[in-house]
Amino acid sequence: MPRQRVSSPVHLPPFQTLLDTHGRDVHRFLVATVGGVDADDCYQETWLAALRAYPELRDASNLRSWIFTVAYRKAIDHIRVRRRAAVPVGDVPDIPVDAVPTLPDDGLWERVRALPDKQRTALALRYLADVGYEEIAAVMSTSQDAARRNVHEALKRLRTEYQT
Amino acid sequence: MNIELDLRRDAESATPELPDIGEAAAAAGLLDVAYATTDSPLGTLLLATTPRGLVRLAYVDYEDQDEVLEQLATKVSPRVLRVARRLDDPRRELDQYFAGRRQQFDIPLDWQLSRGFGRRVLEATARVPFGSTATYKQMATEAGSARAYRAAGNALGSNPIPIIVPCHRVLHSGGGLGGYTGGLDRKRMLLTVEGYSGLKQP
Repeated sequence: MPRQRVSSPVHLPPFQTLLDTHGRDVHRFLVATVGGVDADDCYQETWLAALRAYPELRDASNLRSWIFTVAYRKAIDHIRVRRRAAVPVGDVPDIPVDAVPTLPDDGLWERVRALPDKQRTALALRYLADVGYEEIAAVMSTSQDAARRNVHEALKRLRTEYQT
Repeated sequence: MNIELDLRRDAESATPELPDIGEAAAAAGLLDVAYATTDSPLGTLLLATTPRGLVRLAYVDYEDQDEVLEQLATKVSPRVLRVARRLDDPRRELDQYFAGRRQQFDIPLDWQLSRGFGRRVLEATARVPFGSTATYKQMATEAGSARAYRAAGNALGSNPIPIIVPCHRVLHSGGGLGGYTGGLDRKRMLLTVEGYSGLKQP
């Protein structure tokens, strides 16, 4: 039986609206999660993947959450690929995220970059992209409690390390 | 010391230029509608193109730009992006037209926003040459129904590609201006640009 093409019941605004509204925050989020050098590539991959999927979107009630989910997945893919590529090097314990050229380097961001992935990602969503806990939970597929905990732990770690 | 404030302040201060995704989208075949605005003697124009050709031209001092883009998202595709370079050709032809150096547009058109009788009326209108005029009744006749001149008027009134599909060249049989999508002042100006001398004083 041929698959029927059902016309989209959801209202999808012109894609440019999403780019204008969330582009800057998505870029900030990616700079903090994958680093300034790779952020531009990840940004382009994020928006192209979103553009590809956009006309078939069945739920347009929270487009901000949706675009950050796409960005989050791209960032995770990116970090994984980089880790795998770095395996032969041997006993490097953690892959440092590239320097962030677009953020002031006063020690704080160095600490942010050294945070565990989940904490760094949650923190970046919360404070760089201004995403709420409910959305962080949706984006990272965790509970809201876990989202809070990740941000809380990140802040705690930054406080102890930053002040010394 | 407040780390939350520091994080937020730093994020605000970091304002790099965002990478452009328009050309990459086009290369991936994902740019269904590209648009740009351009200045003209008739005010700001919004131009929108599909891979097939120019699909929409709007006077955004007269029609709301956001509404025009919403219509394109609904009727053509929600993959609508602002990519100025994709509209270089129509912008250049319009500049030449307003500078008196072009009488005929060569850019390809995408007619998908018009259907049936209305589309036949507009296609007939596109054949009315620079400097001359036609009547609503003539256009209705060419589209296949001489009596449907009112319907022809409606089709011309909702012309998605004014200026380039020259609905301003269609007048009442008695020589009256009739109507115009961008207001009668614009119709008068376009006819003046084209050297039409039969205009009655307003």
